[in-house]
Amino acid sequence: MVAENVAFWIIAAAMAGAAIGVVRTQNVVHAALFLVVVLAGAAAQYILLAAEFVAWVQVLVYIGAIVILFLFGIMLTRAPMRGDTELDNDQRWIAAVTALFVLGVLVFLLVDAFGDRAIKVDDSLRAVGLSQHVADSIFRTYVMPFEIVSMLLLAALVGAVAIARRD
Amino acid sequence: MLQLAVDIGWGWTLAFKTVLVLAVVPLAALVLGYTFLLKMMSHMQSRLGPMDPGGFHGWFQLVGDGIKFLQKEDVMPAEADRRVFAIAPAVVVISTFLVFVVVPTGPKLVVENLDVGVFYALAVSSLSVIGVLMAGWASANKFALLGALRAAAQLIAYELPLLLAVVGVVVQAGTMSLQGIVHAQQAGSIFGWHGIGFPFILTQFVGFLLFLVASQAELTQTPFDMPVAESELVAGYMVEYTGFRFLFFFIGEFGTAFAFAALAATLFLGGWSLPWVHGAAADLLGIPVLFAKLMLVAFLMFWVRFTYPRLREDQLQSLAWKFLIPIGLANILVTGIFKVAF
Repeated sequence: MVAENVAFWIIAAAMAGAAIGVVRTQNVVHAALFLVVVLAGAAAQYILLAAEFVAWVQVLVYIGAIVILFLFGIMLTRAPMRGDTELDNDQRWIAAVTALFVLGVLVFLLVDAFGDRAIKVDDSLRAVGLSQHVADSIFRTYVMPFEIVSMLLLAALVGAVAIARRD
Repeated sequence: MLQLAVDIGWGWTLAFKTVLVLAVVPLAALVLGYTFLLKMMSHMQSRLGPMDPGGFHGWFQLVGDGIKFLQKEDVMPAEADRRVFAIAPAVVVISTFLVFVVVPTGPKLVVENLDVGVFYALAVSSLSVIGVLMAGWASANKFALLGALRAAAQLIAYELPLLLAVVGVVVQAGTMSLQGIVHAQQAGSIFGWHGIGFPFILTQFVGFLLFLVASQAELTQTPFDMPVAESELVAGYMVEYTGFRFLFFFIGEFGTAFAFAALAATLFLGGWSLPWVHGAAADLLGIPVLFAKLMLVAFLMFWVRFTYPRLREDQLQSLAWKFLIPIGLANILVTGIFKVAF
């Protein structure tokens, strides 16, 4: 358990540092690259919690596709080599207050709901994280919500194509 | 590993496995680079090149080239984004290292037998695109940026057929673990005949072809080498790289080719399994058997590479989206119907 806690705090510190980097950097490309570190850290935390399948989905979808589309979009439109100073605006104090408020609410909620429970990484927890179990719960227990979300995403996709087409 | 598996504690095991992977990847890149790039291509195209170093067919030439790369000055463009420029080749190579972790070479010989093995392999192999984009952007060079953009568009487009090709095998084997897929092929039978097990290439031939075409594009090899097209973009995203950083890209390219050939051999040709060989003997023979199979697959990949001319950018995209992806989806559908019916 000690090793897991140490690993958690190291990864968490790296994630927090990179997350501050995302909003602090003056360069859009650097912000996207810091985001890679944050998302990879999240994947590492999933692995610590024995949710292996979710972790690699995180890597494939978020790092392997979404961040690459971010980078692709930035580089296709404008790829600034130097920092853009106009990235900053005068809302930083409001943003800081909002961020602290959200942090407080989340911490309170999580501690209040799960504060007295310790996670034991044992075989029963590992069994829940196996892809077979994940597949069973998606395609058996939660098949309706899954299908509805699929339809929603399909509709969004068709809508995006319809808006983007110019003919 | 046979009876060698003394319990030496997880720390040492981890260190041993890490060193093993770190040693295997450059060696793999060297073997493929020598056999196919230096020798097969030169003999096919009747331009032999250096035949003297090391004696037999100039096998030492690539090692010499590697030593030469290490001695070269570390040149960085004045306008480059120094840190991103320096990290980019490492990102590409790390993605290659990570793929090797799940490839099994025997019943007990596997670095880590993940439950989501093949999915993991494809997920980490997609990380190299980030390294390519970083390299192209940080070089502060128009050709490099164009090459990186082409690479990103191409790798995103061909990731889908690659995944769809693998789904057929996963459905048939009923597991995503590479070790499980090998066992499923070993335990299978052709109409009740258990002679050679059941290599999935028999029913997943379409998937095998899809996998080969898509991995050719993922490796940015001819006919899909637009990102490095030397007649248009000099060398694409690699144009500003020299010395050991260029060596990293070389190891990444050929190491990944080796890993994809090993994956194809494992998914479709039965991996390390050999008919009538079980137990400890399979552990001993696993490595040469898998090596022979993956060299066969790599031969096909490089044969195409040295034979066909480059496609145009729009042809590349329409091939992926209009042909390969629909074929992949149809393949999954047919596999699913057979899986339920039989």
